[in-house]
Amino acid sequence: MSGANRIPGAGRLTPAKTARFFFDGKSYAALEGDTVASALLANGVHLVGRSFKYHRPRGIVSAGAEEPNALIGVERDAARKQPNVRATVQDVFDGMKVISQNRWPSLAFDVGAVNNLLAPFFAAGFYYKTFMWPKQAWKHVYEPQIRAAAGLGVSPTEDDTDHYSSRYAHCDVLVIGAGVAGLSAALAAAKTGARVIICDEQPEVGGALHYDKSVTVDGQDGFTWAQGTAAKLAKMDNVTVLPRTTAFGYYAQNFVGLNERVTEHLAKPDRKLPRERLWQVRAKRVIIATGAIERHMVFANNDRPGIMLASAARTFLNHFGVAVGKKIGVYTANDSAYEAAFDLKRAGITVAAIVDSREKPGEGVLAEARSLGIEVLTGHGVVNTSGKLRVSSMSVARNGGGAVRKIAIDALLVSAGWTPSVHMFSQSRGKVAYDNETQRFLPGTYAQDCLSVGACNGTNDLQATIEESLAAGELMSNASGFTASEKLALQGSNAFAWTGGMAGAAEGAGADTTVKAFIDFQNDVCAKDIRLAVREGMHSIEHIKRFTTNGMATDQGKLSNIHGLAIAAETLGREIPKVGLTTFRAPYTPVTFGTLINHSRGELFDPTRKTPMHALEEAQGAVFEDVGQWKRAWYYPRAGEDMHQAVNRECKTVRDVAGIFDASTLGKIEVVGPDAAQFLNLIYTNSWDTLKPGRCRYGIMLREDGFVYDDGVVGRMAEDRFHVTTTTGGAARVMNHMEDYLQTEFPHLNVWLTSATEQWAVIAVQGPKAREIIAPLVEGIDLSNEAFPHMSVREGKICGVPTRLFRMSFTGETGFEVNVPADFGPAVWAAIWAQAEPMGACAYGTEAMHILRAEKGYIIVGQDTDGTVTPDDASLGWAVGKKKTDFVGIRGLRRPDLVADGRKQLVGLLTKDPKVVLEEGAQIVADPNQALPMTMIGHVTSAYWSENCGRSIALALVAGGKAKIGQTLYVPMPDRTIAVEVSDMVFFDKEGGRING
Amino acid sequence: MLLIYCPYCEEERSELEFRQAGDAHIARPTNMTEMTDEDFEAFFFLRDNVKGLTFERWRHLNGCGRFFNAARDTVSDKFLTTYKAGLPRPDLSTLRPATEAIVETYEATESDAK
Ligand SMILES: [Zn+2]
Repeated sequence: MSGANRIPGAGRLTPAKTARFFFDGKSYAALEGDTVASALLANGVHLVGRSFKYHRPRGIVSAGAEEPNALIGVERDAARKQPNVRATVQDVFDGMKVISQNRWPSLAFDVGAVNNLLAPFFAAGFYYKTFMWPKQAWKHVYEPQIRAAAGLGVSPTEDDTDHYSSRYAHCDVLVIGAGVAGLSAALAAAKTGARVIICDEQPEVGGALHYDKSVTVDGQDGFTWAQGTAAKLAKMDNVTVLPRTTAFGYYAQNFVGLNERVTEHLAKPDRKLPRERLWQVRAKRVIIATGAIERHMVFANNDRPGIMLASAARTFLNHFGVAVGKKIGVYTANDSAYEAAFDLKRAGITVAAIVDSREKPGEGVLAEARSLGIEVLTGHGVVNTSGKLRVSSMSVARNGGGAVRKIAIDALLVSAGWTPSVHMFSQSRGKVAYDNETQRFLPGTYAQDCLSVGACNGTNDLQATIEESLAAGELMSNASGFTASEKLALQGSNAFAWTGGMAGAAEGAGADTTVKAFIDFQNDVCAKDIRLAVREGMHSIEHIKRFTTNGMATDQGKLSNIHGLAIAAETLGREIPKVGLTTFRAPYTPVTFGTLINHSRGELFDPTRKTPMHALEEAQGAVFEDVGQWKRAWYYPRAGEDMHQAVNRECKTVRDVAGIFDASTLGKIEVVGPDAAQFLNLIYTNSWDTLKPGRCRYGIMLREDGFVYDDGVVGRMAEDRFHVTTTTGGAARVMNHMEDYLQTEFPHLNVWLTSATEQWAVIAVQGPKAREIIAPLVEGIDLSNEAFPHMSVREGKICGVPTRLFRMSFTGETGFEVNVPADFGPAVWAAIWAQAEPMGACAYGTEAMHILRAEKGYIIVGQDTDGTVTPDDASLGWAVGKKKTDFVGIRGLRRPDLVADGRKQLVGLLTKDPKVVLEEGAQIVADPNQALPMTMIGHVTSAYWSENCGRSIALALVAGGKAKIGQTLYVPMPDRTIAVEVSDMVFFDKEGGRING
Repeated sequence: MLLIYCPYCEEERSELEFRQAGDAHIARPTNMTEMTDEDFEAFFFLRDNVKGLTFERWRHLNGCGRFFNAARDTVSDKFLTTYKAGLPRPDLSTLRPATEAIVETYEATESDAK
């Protein structure tokens, strides 16, 4: 037996196919195809959670995606725990572990329920008002406490072991929703040969046919017709049918995000399958067939377990074969709830009474109720309920007051009418329009190539829905360039046309400020909270929403928004459309981070770039650092060395002997063409006409505003060919910058730009023995100082492979940069290392490189400059061609602020205590004894211990810095103030003789 | 995410392949050094940031690499048209939407792959 409340012969599940699952540790029987909700109800379990704010006992409200209450945790193992799953959409699988949330120590006895008694202190806006002062207390006391006490589910702490897939799809017609409307539209569209995708959030198609057993289509039972139609569509080559797939976001240009749940319903999923699949669909046309969602009635204590939507009770009976109670009541303002009572009555359940707030229900349903012997109380309201953990009675009174009659029940079905699901339409930026006659927001002005059909379009009648949908399917296909040979026709019938509906507080919600008549179950918002918000001055619906948090929970107010709006409008004395509707946002229902992040996690989060010599450096013991996407050798510790010792040794070795360094990450751009020099004249501040082939020059590049953008050494390989280098981080943007000017501002220049960053492996060999190290390996290049002076470039061979050999230095030592085609990098590195090692040279990393260049006062763009530094500020004024009439940045450089006195300039800093190393980013003041807040005159940009200088060194940007050389300034730190002397930027080999060795 | 018609590739491609590159039809003056501060400010710093029709530059960065111009509605995000760099602003009254060309998708090239 799969639950005592299973009605034999009712529902569509197979009694023989059973499954067992655990709810809070207790084992229950279920049937295959059950949701957690239907299985719990079959076992008579209504209490499934505690509410967020008041910790009130809560049950299952709906049978679908709109569920606000029944949020559960589903655990497969320690890593795969999913919190906040709606019990109404999660299939049961054998062995499943389900836990309730937001209760302690147990669901039936919850300490937090004391909040319910303290409710007068928890009015809307309470958090904003109470916990804002003192400021520190919010962060350290209030917020952690509130989060611990409230909070919904608990996230797993282990990494998700599931994987998720993603795919793009293009189609002519995307149909969202596979109820009668969606299936009809898809049929008509598919017949034209158009590529059709139809998706539905439920495991099976059918939508409202899950509960409405009275419907027939084409002479068949509605649900049977739907399954047959889906099967027929799935067989067609031009159609993709996606069940368990939610269209969660509608973006620009008919781009729709779908979330397909692939294995969520399986007991033992094949681990090769993705758990969920993200579909990014580009549709020429979209048909929205998302139906409508039933609203609950707003009255006192309308949130007890056992109080649920009438359509939900009908779904549980007609689809799952489960009776939600033995003696039910109905409270409605709409005809549809009557049919729930009829179905239950026919299944042998006692219907205590139908309470209808209207004086005049639909005649058809009223007559049917009478013939079934059901008592109908028109013009009445439910003014209260009782029952601690499940509803046990409803108190009924005539509208406007009078005697109260208490009726014993164990379930109460409610319906205030139906809200068309305009979420997708609204997300597409369509404007909804209020229909006064039916008091509904319906699709108004369309912004994209889509059409709404059926209940989401306000079409109630079944046959009208079918015809509207068939026509839409054909129309949208035609618009995509497809036509059908013949028209499709389908005939539908159902039992009753539904009338009625209301929005806002019903009889019994009262104006009383103590009555808890809930409109938003998930965020515990009552009718009185909306009224309070209005009284406190919130007049815009967006303000009311934020003040009360109505509609801000994970269900996004699918049940509550219209009620909240109606109550606000009534309190404000304005019409509903004048108050306005809050904006619908994606996602329609919650989507896992796994689906959205998809493959972009772990190693695939961001590409990793490795230089050709990476493996060799690893073998040499390198520790790597991330520089953008690059992995760069940071330092090479030897046995017993910490970072500091290793770096000191590397710095010392380079200046005493030599060092080899992987400089492959430098950006490299090949600039070629008859106008190449002229182009570089415009891009750089320097002049390039005078640079002879075979020579190099340090170039500065500005933005049009006059600030330093990038720098690097440029070698002229031939009259019409330059080898340009950029900073590691600037490679891509400098290329873009050059392409931009070449294509759009200087298109008359005959120049080609080619990124060559990854084509060249670059090995810098620096130090007094650099020449000696490479000499035996080089062919065809005279390496003597006379033939190959500093800032030259030659082409020849090294280790038998072609090289562009640069004589240049970022250390101040005699230096070479060996460029070889990337694939030869490792072999050449190994050969150079074989020469270098016996001489006592070392491999050095980026940390030593940074220190060595700072010892010489060479700047790093982006570290010592910050986008507000001019060449002159950085003492690089010499690199600006004074005779030039144009280059990018020439006019910016002349702006008044850029030539004014007192600009921050790059200078050196020497701490009075040579052992003290400054902190990069530390602020600098002239007078450490001034009152707070102090006037800061600059900051430290680079600071290191220099083993070669035997002291600390630093670079800093200081206002009027060059004029302050020799003066004492101060760097205030939390624990002390450090005195520094301003110096020039060169700390080692001030004469610069070593570079020409 | 949008599909953008590259006037050089003559094809609609995913927005992922493109980068926006600021306002269009702002030519770099040829008399840079003679400009007043006010003229330079207007050229380099001041932009309209219009709500509605705007002309902007895009680059087909991860494609052909070309910069081109686009007329776009900043409210709907819709591209009204795209055109090659150097061409004048199009006459929008006679404008047809950017040509729909066949997109090279997996489905299109591998026929009925599922
Ligand atoms: Zn292109």
